[in-house]
Amino acid sequence: MSSTPMERAAKATPRLLAKRISGISDRGIAWLFVSPTIFLLLAINIFPLIWTIYLSFTNYRANRIGREVKFIGLRNYERILSDPDIWQTMQATAHFLLGTLFFQVLIGFSLAWLINRKFKGNDLWTTIIVLPMMLSPAVVGNFWKFLYQPQTGLFNYVVTFFTGVDPSSYTMIGDVALAPWAIIIVDTWMWTPFVMLICLAGLRSIPDYLYEAASVDRASKWRQFWTITIPMVLPFLMLAVLFRGIENFKMFDLVVQLTGGGPGSITELTSINLKREAFEKWRTGYASAYAVILFVTVFGLASIYVKALNKVKER
Amino acid sequence: MITFFSGLMRLRRSPWEMVATILIALGVVMLMQPFFLWGYTYSFIVTLIGTVMFIIVSHFPE
Repeated sequence: MSSTPMERAAKATPRLLAKRISGISDRGIAWLFVSPTIFLLLAINIFPLIWTIYLSFTNYRANRIGREVKFIGLRNYERILSDPDIWQTMQATAHFLLGTLFFQVLIGFSLAWLINRKFKGNDLWTTIIVLPMMLSPAVVGNFWKFLYQPQTGLFNYVVTFFTGVDPSSYTMIGDVALAPWAIIIVDTWMWTPFVMLICLAGLRSIPDYLYEAASVDRASKWRQFWTITIPMVLPFLMLAVLFRGIENFKMFDLVVQLTGGGPGSITELTSINLKREAFEKWRTGYASAYAVILFVTVFGLASIYVKALNKVKER
Repeated sequence: MITFFSGLMRLRRSPWEMVATILIALGVVMLMQPFFLWGYTYSFIVTLIGTVMFIIVSHFPE
Protein backbone atom coordinates (compact mmCIF):
# COMPACT_ATOMS: atom_id res chain seq x y z
CA MET A 1 0.00 0.00 0.00
CA SER A 2 1.48 3.42 -0.99
CA SER A 3 1.85 5.99 1.79
CA THR A 4 1.13 9.71 1.50
CA PRO A 5 4.00 12.29 1.40
CA MET A 6 3.04 13.36 4.93
CA GLU A 7 3.39 9.79 6.21
CA ARG A 8 6.72 9.38 4.43
CA ALA A 9 7.96 12.67 5.96
CA ALA A 10 6.80 11.52 9.40
CA LYS A 11 8.67 8.22 8.97
CA ALA A 12 11.83 9.99 7.82
CA THR A 13 11.86 12.42 10.80
CA PRO A 14 14.26 11.26 13.55
CA ARG A 15 12.35 9.94 16.57
CA LEU A 16 13.92 12.44 19.01
CA LEU A 17 12.99 15.42 16.84
CA ALA A 18 9.52 14.01 16.19
CA LYS A 19 8.96 13.66 19.92
CA ARG A 20 10.09 17.23 20.50
CA ILE A 21 7.84 18.81 17.85
CA SER A 22 4.82 16.58 18.41
CA GLY A 23 3.55 18.90 21.16
CA ILE A 24 3.80 22.07 19.05
CA SER A 25 0.61 23.52 17.60
CA ASP A 26 0.16 24.18 13.85
CA ARG A 27 0.61 27.88 14.53
CA GLY A 28 3.82 27.14 16.39
CA ILE A 29 5.17 25.06 13.51
CA ALA A 30 4.26 27.85 11.08
CA TRP A 31 6.23 30.33 13.22
CA LEU A 32 9.12 27.84 13.38
CA PHE A 33 9.34 27.79 9.57
CA VAL A 34 8.87 31.53 9.14
CA SER A 35 11.22 32.60 11.94
CA PRO A 36 14.54 32.26 9.96
CA THR A 37 13.15 34.54 7.26
CA ILE A 38 11.86 37.03 9.83
CA PHE A 39 15.20 36.96 11.61
CA LEU A 40 17.08 37.61 8.34
CA LEU A 41 14.65 40.39 7.42
CA LEU A 42 15.16 42.04 10.80
CA ALA A 43 18.95 41.63 10.65
CA ILE A 44 19.46 42.71 7.04
CA ASN A 45 16.68 45.26 6.45
CA ILE A 46 15.01 46.56 9.59
CA PHE A 47 18.03 46.88 11.89
CA PRO A 48 20.19 48.81 9.35
CA LEU A 49 17.22 51.08 8.67
CA ILE A 50 16.71 51.89 12.34
CA TRP A 51 20.49 52.27 12.81
CA THR A 52 20.65 54.66 9.82
CA ILE A 53 17.81 56.74 11.30
CA TYR A 54 19.71 56.85 14.62
CA LEU A 55 23.01 57.82 12.90
CA SER A 56 21.24 60.59 10.98
CA PHE A 57 20.85 62.47 14.28
CA THR A 58 24.57 62.18 15.12
CA ASN A 59 27.95 63.47 13.86
CA TYR A 60 29.29 59.91 13.45
CA ARG A 61 32.14 59.30 11.00
CA ALA A 62 32.82 55.68 10.05
CA ASN A 63 36.54 56.35 9.44
CA ARG A 64 37.10 57.70 12.99
CA ILE A 65 36.27 54.77 15.18
CA GLY A 66 37.41 56.08 18.58
CA ARG A 67 35.83 59.54 18.19
CA GLU A 68 32.99 60.47 20.53
CA VAL A 69 29.62 60.33 18.77
CA LYS A 70 27.51 63.39 19.58
CA PHE A 71 23.73 63.65 19.23
CA ILE A 72 23.15 66.75 17.09
CA GLY A 73 19.38 66.56 16.59
CA LEU A 74 18.06 67.70 13.23
CA ARG A 75 21.23 69.60 12.20
CA ASN A 76 22.15 67.10 9.45
CA TYR A 77 18.67 67.44 7.95
CA GLU A 78 18.84 71.24 8.19
CA ARG A 79 22.21 71.26 6.39
CA ILE A 80 21.09 68.93 3.61
CA LEU A 81 17.79 70.70 3.03
CA SER A 82 19.44 74.11 2.72
CA ASP A 83 22.49 73.02 0.69
CA PRO A 84 22.37 74.44 -2.87
CA ASP A 85 24.80 71.75 -4.10
CA ILE A 86 22.49 68.93 -3.04
CA TRP A 87 19.56 70.88 -4.48
CA GLN A 88 21.59 70.92 -7.73
CA THR A 89 21.95 67.11 -7.65
CA MET A 90 18.19 66.83 -7.07
CA GLN A 91 17.66 68.94 -10.19
CA ALA A 92 20.08 66.75 -12.14
CA THR A 93 18.05 63.74 -10.98
CA ALA A 94 14.81 65.49 -11.97
CA HIS A 95 16.20 66.24 -15.45
CA PHE A 96 17.27 62.63 -15.81
CA LEU A 97 13.90 61.35 -14.52
CA LEU A 98 11.74 63.56 -16.73
CA GLY A 99 13.88 62.96 -19.82
CA THR A 100 13.99 59.19 -19.45
CA LEU A 101 10.30 58.87 -18.56
CA PHE A 102 9.21 61.04 -21.49
CA PHE A 103 11.22 59.14 -24.10
CA GLN A 104 10.64 55.70 -22.60
CA VAL A 105 6.87 56.19 -22.51
CA LEU A 106 6.73 57.70 -25.99
CA ILE A 107 8.97 55.13 -27.69
CA GLY A 108 7.83 52.22 -25.49
CA PHE A 109 4.16 52.79 -26.22
CA SER A 110 4.82 53.30 -29.95
CA LEU A 111 6.81 50.06 -30.14
CA ALA A 112 4.12 48.17 -28.20
CA TRP A 113 1.47 49.51 -30.54
CA LEU A 114 3.48 48.35 -33.57
CA ILE A 115 4.38 44.94 -32.08
CA ASN A 116 0.73 44.37 -31.12
CA ARG A 117 -0.16 44.29 -34.83
CA LYS A 118 0.01 40.81 -36.27
CA PHE A 119 2.86 40.49 -38.76
CA LYS A 120 5.49 37.95 -39.80
CA GLY A 121 8.47 37.78 -37.41
CA ASN A 122 6.55 39.47 -34.59
CA ASP A 123 8.06 37.27 -31.87
CA LEU A 124 11.60 37.63 -33.25
CA TRP A 125 11.33 41.45 -33.21
CA THR A 126 9.98 41.37 -29.65
CA THR A 127 13.01 39.32 -28.56
CA ILE A 128 15.45 41.66 -30.35
CA ILE A 129 13.85 44.75 -28.82
CA VAL A 130 13.89 43.25 -25.33
CA LEU A 131 17.63 42.34 -25.48
CA PRO A 132 19.10 45.61 -24.01
CA MET A 133 17.00 45.18 -20.87
CA MET A 134 18.71 41.87 -20.15
CA LEU A 135 22.23 43.33 -20.04
CA SER A 136 23.99 44.44 -16.89
CA PRO A 137 23.85 48.25 -16.36
CA ALA A 138 27.61 48.30 -15.71
CA VAL A 139 28.27 46.59 -19.06
CA VAL A 140 25.85 48.94 -20.85
CA GLY A 141 27.56 51.96 -19.25
CA ASN A 142 30.96 50.72 -20.36
CA PHE A 143 30.15 49.98 -23.97
CA TRP A 144 28.19 53.22 -24.43
CA LYS A 145 31.28 54.98 -23.12
CA PHE A 146 33.12 53.52 -26.11
CA LEU A 147 30.25 54.36 -28.46
CA TYR A 148 30.37 58.00 -27.28
CA GLN A 149 34.14 58.38 -27.95
CA PRO A 150 34.47 61.38 -30.32
CA GLN A 151 37.35 59.90 -32.39
CA THR A 152 36.49 56.21 -32.56
CA GLY A 153 32.93 55.89 -31.26
CA LEU A 154 30.05 55.00 -33.54
CA PHE A 155 27.56 57.47 -32.04
CA ASN A 156 29.20 60.65 -33.35
CA TYR A 157 29.56 59.10 -36.83
CA VAL A 158 25.84 58.23 -36.91
CA VAL A 159 25.02 61.83 -35.89
CA THR A 160 27.40 63.07 -38.61
CA PHE A 161 25.68 60.85 -41.18
CA PHE A 162 22.32 62.52 -40.45
CA THR A 163 23.40 66.09 -39.63
CA GLY A 164 26.79 66.62 -41.25
CA VAL A 165 28.34 67.88 -37.98
CA ASP A 166 32.07 67.14 -37.61
CA PRO A 167 32.30 64.05 -35.31
CA SER A 168 35.40 65.31 -33.51
CA SER A 169 33.86 68.73 -32.78
CA TYR A 170 31.93 67.57 -29.72
CA THR A 171 31.99 64.86 -27.08
CA MET A 172 28.78 63.55 -25.60
CA ILE A 173 30.08 62.66 -22.13
CA GLY A 174 32.64 65.46 -21.84
CA ASP A 175 30.36 68.38 -22.66
CA VAL A 176 28.39 70.08 -19.88
CA ALA A 177 25.39 70.64 -22.15
CA LEU A 178 25.41 67.16 -23.73
CA ALA A 179 26.35 64.86 -20.83
CA PRO A 180 22.86 64.97 -19.16
CA TRP A 181 21.37 63.95 -22.53
CA ALA A 182 24.00 61.23 -22.97
CA ILE A 183 22.83 59.44 -19.83
CA ILE A 184 19.17 59.90 -20.84
CA ILE A 185 19.85 58.32 -24.25
CA VAL A 186 21.54 55.27 -22.68
CA ASP A 187 18.86 54.71 -20.05
CA THR A 188 16.16 55.12 -22.70
CA TRP A 189 17.94 52.59 -24.93
CA MET A 190 18.18 50.12 -22.07
CA TRP A 191 14.77 50.45 -20.40
CA THR A 192 12.34 51.34 -23.21
CA PRO A 193 11.73 47.58 -23.79
CA PHE A 194 10.46 47.30 -20.22
CA VAL A 195 7.86 50.02 -20.81
CA MET A 196 7.05 48.39 -24.13
CA LEU A 197 6.36 45.02 -22.47
CA ILE A 198 4.02 46.58 -19.89
CA CYS A 199 2.19 48.55 -22.61
CA LEU A 200 1.98 45.39 -24.70
CA ALA A 201 0.32 43.57 -21.78
CA GLY A 202 -2.16 46.46 -21.56
CA LEU A 203 -2.86 46.44 -25.30
CA ARG A 204 -3.37 42.67 -25.36
CA SER A 205 -5.84 42.89 -22.47
CA ILE A 206 -8.25 45.03 -24.55
CA PRO A 207 -11.04 42.77 -25.83
CA ASP A 208 -11.59 42.82 -29.61
CA TYR A 209 -15.34 43.29 -29.28
CA LEU A 210 -14.79 46.88 -28.11
CA TYR A 211 -13.13 47.76 -31.42
CA GLU A 212 -15.77 45.78 -33.33
CA ALA A 213 -18.57 47.68 -31.56
CA ALA A 214 -16.79 50.97 -32.26
CA SER A 215 -16.43 50.03 -35.94
CA VAL A 216 -20.15 49.20 -36.13
CA ASP A 217 -20.82 52.67 -34.70
CA ARG A 218 -18.56 54.05 -37.45
CA ALA A 219 -15.96 55.40 -35.08
CA SER A 220 -12.76 56.35 -36.92
CA LYS A 221 -9.42 54.67 -36.07
CA TRP A 222 -8.25 57.92 -34.49
CA ARG A 223 -11.37 58.04 -32.29
CA GLN A 224 -10.98 54.36 -31.36
CA PHE A 225 -7.38 55.06 -30.35
CA TRP A 226 -8.31 57.96 -28.03
CA THR A 227 -11.52 56.50 -26.56
CA ILE A 228 -10.61 52.80 -26.28
CA THR A 229 -6.86 52.19 -26.54
CA ILE A 230 -5.52 55.07 -24.43
CA PRO A 231 -7.99 54.77 -21.49
CA MET A 232 -7.52 50.99 -21.36
CA VAL A 233 -3.71 51.17 -21.45
CA LEU A 234 -3.41 54.18 -19.13
CA PRO A 235 -3.28 52.22 -15.80
CA PHE A 236 -0.51 50.01 -17.25
CA LEU A 237 1.32 53.08 -18.50
CA MET A 238 1.05 54.68 -15.08
CA LEU A 239 2.47 51.55 -13.55
CA ALA A 240 5.43 51.64 -15.94
CA VAL A 241 6.01 55.34 -15.23
CA LEU A 242 5.96 54.80 -11.46
CA PHE A 243 8.22 51.77 -11.66
CA ARG A 244 10.76 53.47 -13.90
CA GLY A 245 10.47 56.66 -11.85
CA ILE A 246 11.37 54.85 -8.63
CA GLU A 247 14.19 52.91 -10.32
CA ASN A 248 15.67 56.00 -11.96
CA PHE A 249 15.44 57.99 -8.75
CA LYS A 250 17.90 55.44 -7.34
CA MET A 251 20.01 55.23 -10.53
CA PHE A 252 23.69 54.66 -9.78
CA ASP A 253 25.62 51.97 -11.68
CA LEU A 254 24.88 53.00 -15.25
CA VAL A 255 25.75 56.67 -14.71
CA VAL A 256 28.85 55.91 -12.62
CA GLN A 257 30.21 53.72 -15.43
CA LEU A 258 29.28 56.21 -18.12
CA THR A 259 30.21 59.64 -16.75
CA GLY A 260 31.15 59.12 -13.09
CA GLY A 261 28.94 62.13 -12.30
CA GLY A 262 30.92 64.48 -14.55
CA PRO A 263 31.87 66.69 -16.28
CA GLY A 264 32.11 68.63 -13.00
CA SER A 265 29.03 67.47 -11.19
CA ILE A 266 26.52 68.00 -13.98
CA THR A 267 25.42 64.34 -14.08
CA GLU A 268 25.92 63.70 -10.38
CA LEU A 269 22.61 62.13 -9.42
CA THR A 270 21.50 61.90 -5.78
CA SER A 271 22.67 58.31 -5.29
CA ILE A 272 26.16 59.14 -6.63
CA ASN A 273 26.33 62.23 -4.41
CA LEU A 274 25.20 60.15 -1.45
CA LYS A 275 27.94 57.59 -2.09
CA ARG A 276 30.53 60.43 -2.20
CA GLU A 277 29.30 61.83 1.12
CA ALA A 278 29.29 58.40 2.77
CA PHE A 279 32.40 56.71 1.39
CA GLU A 280 34.67 59.47 0.08
CA LYS A 281 34.08 62.27 2.58
CA TRP A 282 33.17 59.78 5.32
CA ARG A 283 30.42 62.02 6.76
CA THR A 284 28.40 59.02 7.89
CA GLY A 285 25.82 60.84 10.04
CA TYR A 286 25.23 63.41 7.33
CA ALA A 287 25.01 60.71 4.64
CA SER A 288 22.57 58.76 6.84
CA ALA A 289 20.25 61.79 7.00
CA TYR A 290 20.60 62.10 3.21
CA ALA A 291 19.72 58.40 2.83
CA VAL A 292 16.68 58.80 5.10
CA ILE A 293 15.40 61.69 2.94
CA LEU A 294 15.80 59.58 -0.21
CA PHE A 295 14.26 56.56 1.53
CA VAL A 296 11.14 58.50 2.59
CA THR A 297 10.76 59.86 -0.96
CA VAL A 298 11.11 56.42 -2.56
CA PHE A 299 8.84 54.87 0.09
CA GLY A 300 6.18 57.50 -0.62
CA LEU A 301 6.43 56.87 -4.36
CA ALA A 302 6.33 53.11 -3.76
CA SER A 303 3.09 53.54 -1.78
CA ILE A 304 1.51 55.26 -4.77
CA TYR A 305 2.94 52.50 -6.97
CA VAL A 306 1.32 49.76 -4.88
CA LYS A 307 -1.99 51.62 -4.95
CA ALA A 308 -1.81 51.91 -8.76
CA LEU A 309 -0.87 48.22 -8.98
CA ASN A 310 -3.96 47.25 -6.95
CA LYS A 311 -6.14 49.33 -9.27
CA VAL A 312 -4.74 47.48 -12.27
CA LYS A 313 -5.35 44.16 -10.50
CA GLU A 314 -8.98 45.13 -9.80
CA ARG A 315 -9.50 45.56 -13.54
CA MET B 1 -16.74 66.75 -4.63
CA ILE B 2 -19.40 66.38 -1.92
CA THR B 3 -18.72 62.62 -1.81
CA PHE B 4 -15.02 63.35 -1.43
CA PHE B 5 -15.51 65.70 1.53
CA SER B 6 -18.10 63.46 3.19
CA GLY B 7 -15.59 60.57 2.81
CA LEU B 8 -12.97 62.72 4.52
CA MET B 9 -15.36 63.54 7.35
CA ARG B 10 -16.35 59.88 7.81
CA LEU B 11 -12.66 58.79 7.72
CA ARG B 12 -12.98 56.67 4.56
CA ARG B 13 -9.88 55.22 2.92
CA SER B 14 -10.18 56.44 -0.71
CA PRO B 15 -10.39 60.23 -0.14
CA TRP B 16 -7.73 60.16 2.55
CA GLU B 17 -5.44 58.08 0.33
CA MET B 18 -6.01 60.67 -2.36
CA VAL B 19 -4.91 63.46 0.02
CA ALA B 20 -1.82 61.46 1.07
CA THR B 21 -0.94 60.73 -2.58
CA ILE B 22 -1.24 64.44 -3.45
CA LEU B 23 1.04 65.33 -0.52
CA ILE B 24 3.67 62.76 -1.56
CA ALA B 25 3.58 63.94 -5.18
CA LEU B 26 3.77 67.59 -4.04
CA GLY B 27 6.75 66.75 -1.80
CA VAL B 28 8.60 65.04 -4.67
CA VAL B 29 7.91 67.99 -7.00
CA MET B 30 9.10 70.44 -4.30
CA LEU B 31 12.25 68.35 -3.82
CA MET B 32 13.21 68.47 -7.47
CA GLN B 33 11.97 71.83 -8.73
CA PRO B 34 14.67 74.33 -9.73
CA PHE B 35 12.81 77.57 -8.80
CA PHE B 36 12.53 78.05 -5.02
CA LEU B 37 15.06 76.96 -2.40
CA TRP B 38 12.34 77.18 0.28
CA GLY B 39 10.34 74.60 -1.72
CA TYR B 40 13.31 72.26 -1.57
CA THR B 41 13.78 72.96 2.16
CA TYR B 42 10.20 72.05 3.08
CA SER B 43 9.88 69.18 0.58
CA PHE B 44 11.01 66.50 3.00
CA ILE B 45 8.49 67.36 5.70
CA VAL B 46 5.67 67.39 3.11
CA THR B 47 6.71 63.98 1.74
CA LEU B 48 7.12 62.60 5.26
CA ILE B 49 3.63 63.77 6.30
CA GLY B 50 2.17 62.30 3.09
CA THR B 51 3.95 58.96 3.55
CA VAL B 52 3.02 58.57 7.23
CA MET B 53 -0.55 59.62 6.41
CA PHE B 54 -0.64 57.02 3.61
CA ILE B 55 0.41 54.27 6.03
CA ILE B 56 -2.21 55.30 8.60
CA VAL B 57 -5.15 55.90 6.23
CA SER B 58 -4.60 52.61 4.37
CA HIS B 59 -6.06 51.01 7.52
CA PHE B 60 -9.27 53.09 7.33
CA PRO B 61 -12.47 51.31 6.23
CA GLU B 62 -13.29 51.47 2.49
